[in-house]
Amino acid sequence: MKLSYQWLQDWVEFDATPQDLAEQLTRGGLEVDGLEPLGAGLEGVVVAQIESAEPHPDADRLRVCQVKGDSDVRTIVCGAPNAQAGLKAPLATLGATIPNGLTIKRAKLRGVESEGMLCAAAELGLDGDGAASSGLMALPADAPVGTDLKTYLDLDDVVLDVDLTPNRADCLSVLGMAREVAALTRGRWHPPAIEPIEPVATTSVSVSVSAPNDCPVYMARVISGVDASRPSPVWLKERLRRSGVRPISVVVDITNYVMLELGQPMHAFDAQALDGGIQVRRAHSGEPLQLLDGQSVELDDDCLVIADQSQAVALAGVMGGADSAVGEHSDTIVLESAWFDPAIVAGRARRFGLHTESSHRFERGVDPTLQRQALERATGLILEMAGGQPGPVAEAVASEHVPLNQPITLSIGHVNRVLGTAFSAETVTDALSALGMACEPIDHDTLQVTAPNARRDIAVAVDLIEEVARLVGYDALPSKPPGGGLTLKGHPEDQIPVHALRHTLMGRGFQEVMGWSFVGAGRGGFNGLPAHPLELANPLSQEQSGLRSTLLTSLLEIAQRNRARGWQDMRLFEVGHVYAPDSEHNRLGLLAMGRAFPEHFDQPDRAFDFYDLKGELEHMAQRHGLGEVSFVPTREHAWLHPGQSAEVVRGEASVGWLGRLHPQLAEAMDLKSNTFVAELELAQWCQGAKPCHRPVSRFPAARRDLAVLVPDSAPGGAVLDVVTQAGGERLEQVILFDLYQGEGVEKGFKSLGIGLIIRDNSRTLTDDDVDAVTERVVARLGEAFQARLRG
Amino acid sequence: MDAQATQSLLDAALAEVTQAGDVASLEAVRVAYLGKKGRLTAALKALGQLPAEERQAQGAAINAAKTSLVEAINAREQALKQAALEAQLANEQVDVTLPGRTGDVGGPHPVTRTLDRIVGLFSQLGFEVAEGPEIETDFYNFEALNFPAHHPARAMHDTFYLPDGRLLRTHTSPVQIRVMEQQAPPFRIIAPGRVFRADSDQTHTPQFHQVEGLVVDTHTSFADLKGLLAEFVNAFFEAELEIRLRPSYFPFTEPSAEVDVRWHDSDGNPGGWLEVLGCGMVHPNVLSQCGIDPDTHTGFAFGLGVERFAMLRYQVNDLRLFYDNDLRFLAQFR
Repeated sequence: MKLSYQWLQDWVEFDATPQDLAEQLTRGGLEVDGLEPLGAGLEGVVVAQIESAEPHPDADRLRVCQVKGDSDVRTIVCGAPNAQAGLKAPLATLGATIPNGLTIKRAKLRGVESEGMLCAAAELGLDGDGAASSGLMALPADAPVGTDLKTYLDLDDVVLDVDLTPNRADCLSVLGMAREVAALTRGRWHPPAIEPIEPVATTSVSVSVSAPNDCPVYMARVISGVDASRPSPVWLKERLRRSGVRPISVVVDITNYVMLELGQPMHAFDAQALDGGIQVRRAHSGEPLQLLDGQSVELDDDCLVIADQSQAVALAGVMGGADSAVGEHSDTIVLESAWFDPAIVAGRARRFGLHTESSHRFERGVDPTLQRQALERATGLILEMAGGQPGPVAEAVASEHVPLNQPITLSIGHVNRVLGTAFSAETVTDALSALGMACEPIDHDTLQVTAPNARRDIAVAVDLIEEVARLVGYDALPSKPPGGGLTLKGHPEDQIPVHALRHTLMGRGFQEVMGWSFVGAGRGGFNGLPAHPLELANPLSQEQSGLRSTLLTSLLEIAQRNRARGWQDMRLFEVGHVYAPDSEHNRLGLLAMGRAFPEHFDQPDRAFDFYDLKGELEHMAQRHGLGEVSFVPTREHAWLHPGQSAEVVRGEASVGWLGRLHPQLAEAMDLKSNTFVAELELAQWCQGAKPCHRPVSRFPAARRDLAVLVPDSAPGGAVLDVVTQAGGERLEQVILFDLYQGEGVEKGFKSLGIGLIIRDNSRTLTDDDVDAVTERVVARLGEAFQARLRG
Repeated sequence: MDAQATQSLLDAALAEVTQAGDVASLEAVRVAYLGKKGRLTAALKALGQLPAEERQAQGAAINAAKTSLVEAINAREQALKQAALEAQLANEQVDVTLPGRTGDVGGPHPVTRTLDRIVGLFSQLGFEVAEGPEIETDFYNFEALNFPAHHPARAMHDTFYLPDGRLLRTHTSPVQIRVMEQQAPPFRIIAPGRVFRADSDQTHTPQFHQVEGLVVDTHTSFADLKGLLAEFVNAFFEAELEIRLRPSYFPFTEPSAEVDVRWHDSDGNPGGWLEVLGCGMVHPNVLSQCGIDPDTHTGFAFGLGVERFAMLRYQVNDLRLFYDNDLRFLAQFR
């Protein structure tokens, strides 16, 4: 629903800017989707008149016009077909920037200088007045030359686009919106008084309704001697246009205007095209009707029609017929104002691929007491704008079928129970009264409430409770946290839950074990294990006399016992605390030994090695989005093989270690020599990052493989780091696919096979682009490691 | 063997010990001097033939030489073993900076990730998960939810139908009805699942996911609904977000509301309101329909779009990415 702020101001006194009003409406349940200020960009556009229009000497399609606008008569070159002497049209003067973005400058068109631009409606953002397609926007003959167009069209207005929910049919009119705005802003509203029009002619039309439950109210009035060719006044056309309705002709414009104003869809028939009196009846099965939009439809007996004595002339509540439509030459018209049951209109428009302003309103429900007022209002406007002599109102009203709103009993206790509030009867009454509801107290806790008949959505007590809540404001209603005083707190998403790591490890073949927190003296005579600083005062035994400082002790013990039972291959993990004198740490320990994978007929056996264990840590990091993890060679840990151990580093800090168990320790504990262990500090290891989407490139990647010779002493990881840095943004991925030493490679050197995946976010790369990346990489490797490409 | 001979024998033996390059040759030296037929052993055996006065002096010298030799051999053996270990360790050294064997790494779809997170939060509050079919009847999807035939509110749902008149559920709300039909209140349930709308453009996919919530009890009010949703939104986004409830319309709730959150741009500046949830107090018609007395029971329901939450949470700028399943996109949600 498009609503003119200006129009609303005529009906209701409120103190709110369009923005504030939009905010209040939205918070009141009438969501404002947009605000469209009118008249923006029309500075410097004036009403002008073409005094003469001569053909352009050098261009067939152009005319050279002398135009009287803001001051002097100016020469304007114009290509519009309707640029004729006498026409009044908007003139954009020099310096104006019109809504389509064009700034008007002095310009020579085929040798003739033009000092401004005559405008079409579309160029000014004013389409919808019907003139858009026929060139210049024609202004009425009485438009005062030189006036600002903005002033003349009264464009100091804002259109609010209100996205109404289907229950709020009452707000499909200025009247309804005014009632609502007055209630929400607690402003005063004053609907214009509508006086009954005394008939001056006797011409009438007979009305009979054979389906009174479908149409309990039908009113019609004949107005004769109407001049339907008169133009609608500018203000009327403007109001229609701002409401999103295209002006057509004065009679149709007025019926539309009354619909927008009061919410009552109306129709006007050309009386001469009607054969006798009006019948409202169900259509016959297969009955044809040619609609106003030119479409011929075949009706069914579940459609309601308006018919004359010989045929259907309108699909009730949806659209009129083409034959009986009012045209410029209509002299006598029949105005219709009726109430159709939503059930007889609902879905019918859709069935014929239609959606009309009328069906939209009837489907949702029109005020069943509005028809008389609307008829009088439309009559008055027609007499004023098109003349004519009104006849008496013919009406067929079946009051027993008119669905008037019935009183609803509302208990204040019910209100408070549903809303969790402690409202008094006064608060509830105030809110409902503001909406025009009649509230009768029955006792101290009970009201009898009757909603205005326009409010078709109020049927039961909870409907009233929602109205109370709306008027008080949802934000002002109490809020009760679900956990009493406790706050719902989820697991921070940048912390990887330990159970997730557990599941990942299990999926990779690691069995969870649970060792003792206790630790004792002696470890097979190997003295390199970390000491445990905490001893128990009353240990159960010498073997369990202290508290562990590393998971290694329990993992080794468990591995040792299982090895003694004959297990060859093991993958174990444990999550548990280790203890320092004044702190505890939750750690993850891993142990693997034996084969890298179970024996399989199609896979040669291979011993688990350092890169297998490292791969498990990297897998965990990748699976859980832990980000960058690096591995730094170390000799610090006496229990590890000095040539196969590394610190696990995140950022600048070590978060754990991994490596091969020292051969002497393995031997002392009767474990296999390829026993690998790791231990990670979970608090740091589990620190991940919440995912954050980065758009992926739509363009193809290129791959380049390099074989690089580097000294044996250069750590492979450092080489890959240099490659990554040198590659820059386009280098998406680096793959080490080969490592070779031996024949063909000089002693003291190794050959690395490195694959580069190169891609750009905004285009497909050329070979030159790709080569530039590889060249940069090779150059930097040369600087850093005296590396060279292998020939 | 006099003292001088003993000394020269020891010197020779020590020289051999020093020369022994491995454990085996060291063992040969030990046998040669200290074995049963070793030279020092032989010298000891020969002592018996000496006069008593010489025997004591020579015996002491030979025993001292033997002790020295044993010590030298042991020391040499230690050194040789240590050298062997060091050689082995050096030989076994690997470049720990080279990549490990990771195999391929998988991860959950971002919608699953978001669903898990939402379900986890509600589980903390004692909500039970309920499920229903995705192919539904008009009754469960509309009628029981207070949408009469031809009601304009149905136009808010672009529905996919099957030739037999059944339909693909347009929301997870039918699960409310199924739960209320089968169980007796109180309820505290959430129903996560896939829903369908016949709409496909930049901001709509024909399938998406919702999580429906339903609470029915004797004293459940709108205040409980407000409190729950505020708490949930803050917990989900891990932020204190400004939220507002604004009246709206769903046929199955009354009062009804949309929930908006005040969003912030990447620099933390407050932006506009974004609609994230629909909710309301269960309409008495719906309760009665399911055999629950609306005079003794009240309840609330809410529904949220999972993709919407995922987009806001992970800054996904295009809804369609979720169903494009570009592996590079999916890999960002591990």
